[in-house]
Amino acid sequence: MIEILSPAGHATVQDGGRLGHRHVGIGSNGAMDALALATANLMLGNAADAAAIEIPGVPMRLRFLADTAFALTGADTGATIGGRRIPLNWRDFARAGEELVLGHARSGVYAVLALAGGVDVPQVLGSRATHLRGGFGGFEGRMLKPGDRLPLGQSVTGTAAFGVIAPEKALPLPGAAEDDATVVRVLPAAEYDAFDAAAQASLWSTAWRISAQSNRAGYRLMGPVLNLAEPIEMRSHGLVPGVIQGPAGGQPIIQLADAYTAGGYPKIGVVIEPDLWRIAQTPLGGTLRFKRCTHAEGLAAHDALIAHLDRIKIWMATLDLGASAEVAA
Amino acid sequence: MRRDRERLDPHVSPMGLSAMLFEAPGAFDLASQRRIWALAKAVAGWPDVIEAAPGMTNLLVSFRTPPRDPDALGAALIGAWETASPDATEARLFEIPVTYGGEEGPDLDHMAQETGLSRDQVVAIHSGREYTVFALGSHPGYGYLGIVDPRLFIPRRQVPRISVPAGSVSIGGWQTGASASAGPSGWHTIGRTDTVFFDPDAETPVLLRPGDRIRFIADRILP
Repeated sequence: MIEILSPAGHATVQDGGRLGHRHVGIGSNGAMDALALATANLMLGNAADAAAIEIPGVPMRLRFLADTAFALTGADTGATIGGRRIPLNWRDFARAGEELVLGHARSGVYAVLALAGGVDVPQVLGSRATHLRGGFGGFEGRMLKPGDRLPLGQSVTGTAAFGVIAPEKALPLPGAAEDDATVVRVLPAAEYDAFDAAAQASLWSTAWRISAQSNRAGYRLMGPVLNLAEPIEMRSHGLVPGVIQGPAGGQPIIQLADAYTAGGYPKIGVVIEPDLWRIAQTPLGGTLRFKRCTHAEGLAAHDALIAHLDRIKIWMATLDLGASAEVAA
Repeated sequence: MRRDRERLDPHVSPMGLSAMLFEAPGAFDLASQRRIWALAKAVAGWPDVIEAAPGMTNLLVSFRTPPRDPDALGAALIGAWETASPDATEARLFEIPVTYGGEEGPDLDHMAQETGLSRDQVVAIHSGREYTVFALGSHPGYGYLGIVDPRLFIPRRQVPRISVPAGSVSIGGWQTGASASAGPSGWHTIGRTDTVFFDPDAETPVLLRPGDRIRFIADRILP
């Protein structure tokens, strides 16, 4: 068990997402930074998509109620366990009663706290991800608050403490920006050709600023207005995280983890899945650049990400995780 | 007037690496939608498919891993569409009582202005025909209903509303529906109903199924 001690902002229980229910309007949800989730889980011997606590960049205190191995990835929050500083992308071991303290995010946005055995809240439709709008999944279908005690799954873990390479070092972008913008790769989408030439050009040339009106549902972008060559009214269709929509006369929106499952604003492109974590870790007020890519280039990015996670798995298998393997519950 | 985006031929486009959108050619009608339902059932059984989610005369197909040859899959989708015969889904009829106008329907006046009709005419036309649930989507339990009378066709709002309450009855393009929970909306809200469309704790959380018929009953029209 782990107990929430402080107000936790928008912290929620998230896993790899709730798949296969778009046809009744239930989207994937799940961790905004799926790479951070998978990394933290693999460091604990959990399934890569096991449920963890996602903390969006605000201070938080938690107490371990049993000896537990844990891992912290995603945003850098200057975390301490029992008063001892722990690095980022790090696995460590907490004794019962010890407090874990996370500060404001100094880089990145979403911190992921994974726990050996995973957060063992009930599965709803095959997933433990929190669906805030529907009020189900996660811990009582809501954000976490002080006094919440989260049960953990059974696990055999060791006391070992170690880190892994930062994802931006393991998965650098070829030809990344000359400014400090986050670069993500984009496939043109169905209405790309319906936008006018100026809109098409500015999609690729603009450093898009992320508006304060951005959250797990989507990021609104500030920059040039993307105009259609001529107005069209779309039939609604299924959406996925990463879709970049251009509402008439409005700011582009990137749909993300809590996005609607369907919509009908014209879509100019789709950010490829292996780059979505880069968006999740770019703060509001930060900038994004879109780099056009082909399906083949996207596949290469996907393969690189899978290979990175496989290396962590292989490395884990060779490690001595500590003499006293313990059962956390 | 803004045109409905009508495809002349079946169209497949990428939705990221792991999903594809199929769009049926031709008019937005129920015959086309019945073929979409049939296509969804066929494609759901293909290898590596997580699901095939119908939209309005279109289908989003998502895969467990990114397809290595998306062009071949796109061609297969079009092939399956060509041979899909209309799905005969058992239809149930739901009557949905609605309070139109006032705070319940803040865009009713705007609808009247844009369409050149009176408020009462907008209500009479909207509640005067039977709709079919074309697809579920957007948020849990939400049904996309068609087809709106051409006199009520209205483009989506340029700026979505930050939040409309559960039960909000709205129109966007050729489509109408009633929100199943509170949330943002880019459509025009003309009324509200107390009907519950989604209850996560119920044995059957989602009320509607594709193919169901819907009739809105005008309970009251608020000034």
